[in-house]
Amino acid sequence: MSLETLRPSPALKEFLPIEYKDLVEHGPYGKNKKVSDMGQFKEVLEEHPMCAGCAMTLFIRLMFIGLPCPEHTVMVGTAGCGRLAISQASVPFIYGNYGDTNAVASGLKRGLELRFPNQPKDVVVACGDGGLVDIGFQGLMHSWFRHEKFTTIMLDNEVYGNTGGQESGMTNQGKVLKMAPRGKKDEKMDVIGLAKVAKLDYIARVVPTNPARVARTVRRAVLVAREFGSTYVQAYTSCNIEYSIPTPDVMKDAFEVENERYGFEEIISDRAKAYLQEIEKKDKKAKK
Amino acid sequence: MSNLTAQAEGKPKDWVPKGDLQKVVTPEQMFFELPREKLFITGSEAAREAIRRANVDVAISYPITPQSETMQQAGYLYDDGYIKEYYRGEEEIGVMSAMSGASRAGVRCLTATAGPGLMRGLEAISSWPGARVPLVLLDMCRVINTPLAIQPDNIEMSFLLNTGLLVLHAENQQDFYDYPLAAFMVSEEVDVTLPAVVSTDGFFVTHARGPVEIPSEEYKLPPRDGWRSAVPAMDNENPPARLSRDAPIQKSNFISYHMHASWQQEVFAAVERSAKYFRKYLNGLVEVINPGAEDFIIASGSAVSQAREAVRQEGENGRTVGLVKVKCLRPFPKAEIIEAVKDAKRILIPEFNQAGWMQKEVCSVLYGRSKAIISDGPRVFGGMTMPTEMILEWLEEARKRTP
Ligand SMILES: Cc1ncc(C[n+]2csc(CCOP(=O)(O)OP(=O)(O)O)c2C)c(N)n1
Ligand code: SF4
Repeated sequence: MSLETLRPSPALKEFLPIEYKDLVEHGPYGKNKKVSDMGQFKEVLEEHPMCAGCAMTLFIRLMFIGLPCPEHTVMVGTAGCGRLAISQASVPFIYGNYGDTNAVASGLKRGLELRFPNQPKDVVVACGDGGLVDIGFQGLMHSWFRHEKFTTIMLDNEVYGNTGGQESGMTNQGKVLKMAPRGKKDEKMDVIGLAKVAKLDYIARVVPTNPARVARTVRRAVLVAREFGSTYVQAYTSCNIEYSIPTPDVMKDAFEVENERYGFEEIISDRAKAYLQEIEKKDKKAKK
Repeated sequence: MSNLTAQAEGKPKDWVPKGDLQKVVTPEQMFFELPREKLFITGSEAAREAIRRANVDVAISYPITPQSETMQQAGYLYDDGYIKEYYRGEEEIGVMSAMSGASRAGVRCLTATAGPGLMRGLEAISSWPGARVPLVLLDMCRVINTPLAIQPDNIEMSFLLNTGLLVLHAENQQDFYDYPLAAFMVSEEVDVTLPAVVSTDGFFVTHARGPVEIPSEEYKLPPRDGWRSAVPAMDNENPPARLSRDAPIQKSNFISYHMHASWQQEVFAAVERSAKYFRKYLNGLVEVINPGAEDFIIASGSAVSQAREAVRQEGENGRTVGLVKVKCLRPFPKAEIIEAVKDAKRILIPEFNQAGWMQKEVCSVLYGRSKAIISDGPRVFGGMTMPTEMILEWLEEARKRTP
């Protein structure tokens, strides 16, 4: 909820939900909270019903900490595991049809820009690899080529987790999964490459091995989208259930995958670089 | 504040969107009080004039015959500043999804499609009512079966009837001007908060000229108020609750079944609540000619025009035939139809589709409430026209069967 557009009258403040008051007084509303503050502030996501040890939930928690302005953010999701957690955060969540995220976000962002010309409203799509790159491919590509001003975050578990472990476009070649009984025939789709072709201003590949880096990546992606156009974050968020990763080994797997084939990478346009430098300089000054 | 990107797109610094020069009037003034001028224009042009006066924020287009002309015209209206935001979407699933996003932002939005486009977008369209997104979709009907063709045929409308959408069926160019404006106003009423579709029969209405009476283009309807709605807009301007508006009722347990059921009940109750507004703005959900007649025709869309002519010719020959024009299919005017045909002995239902969806609707309403014999037709489809003679023949046939 905004702190500027609609200002709660002081007399009515006590009737506002405790949740909201906590987010303002002890949470990230109106001020930036850092990963290193975790455990000492009210987070927008506090519980989830996903599988124990699921790396996606860790990423989602960090993603919410990375939002530069959660009180003015609207999340767009779709069918898939991630929405089970995202829908329980105290940030409005749009849950449409499977694969519709980037089309919905296009309409939403344009509508919000008309209604709030003086208040940036951040729109962030966060959904699975299948939702984005299989069923949602067309919407994803067109939103990028139109340079719609929102961020797309792929929760890449390299499988259809929510429907029980089928291969997706992001599954690695040769992997035996449901609906790929002889192993996946084709290569993992190069979505980072597609993002480059679409000339996005900010593209990043990340594994949640370094929490502060995840939050910083999301923050940068959202800030650049607000200013210039589409941005993309592709996050490896393993599915320990479908890939039979023992829960205690989830982070070990993350480090291994990061080292082998999912190394951190940021591709930033010159104008976005200049813009981010400006903001990050200010942030540093403010800290001092 | 209109047209955020106008300057970047080449408009001069002192450019004033024409929409900003229009005066806002109440729906009552727009629909009933302002003086009207009579034009002779096509259905697509009538739709354009409605859009010009509808105070649309976002219009999203995708071409398909016989709709393309309307959304092209919407593009020119955007260029002139009557619409604030406009773009060509990727295809209909994308367009219909984007419409739901735009409406969730709390702005007034419009799109249009036809036949195969409607079918392609149907997954998104049928999810609109549950999402409680007020918006207007203009639907210029054309065939959907293989072989692919562009001919008029309104079988696609049957797919809209059980989704929780508000559905109007325009008979002619005048209706295709009036109904979209009414649809915007009703869809945004707080106790309605639902999407509306205004269908019309492609080509017969969209590409043919007819008389249309409209008020001056100096006037427009009041804007959508994003705060006034049965559900909060997705603008993050409400205190958060850990149950989002698009309820995550996706777990399999009794609470989620119950929530989903009550959610649907509420959508369909809202459809019924819209009737009072449509009655006001459309001068009733039906138009009845020759009440009390023993022979009745019940029709919607272009079939009404053909039926009017049959009624006139029968009148010339001294035979009184009644006509019920159904303007609004959702909510369906049950009480009005039962009342209108209470003395009827024979009822014909002419339709421009093979399925006979209107006949099924009427039968389900009149079952046990009317002694009339209801004919299973006449029907044309695949682009055929319905000659008045056809209706007259069916009437004669019906009289022979039940003297
Ligand atoms: C139109 C449509 N097709 C298929 C589905 C079924 N479906 C729901 S979730 C899902 C898989 C989700 O996989 P992904 O997007 O990769 O996300 P994950 O669950 O792995 O996080 C599928 C296929 C659907 N809901 N709607
Ligand atoms: S199925 Fe996989 S991705 Fe989904 S919640 Fe469980 S571990 Fe996470």
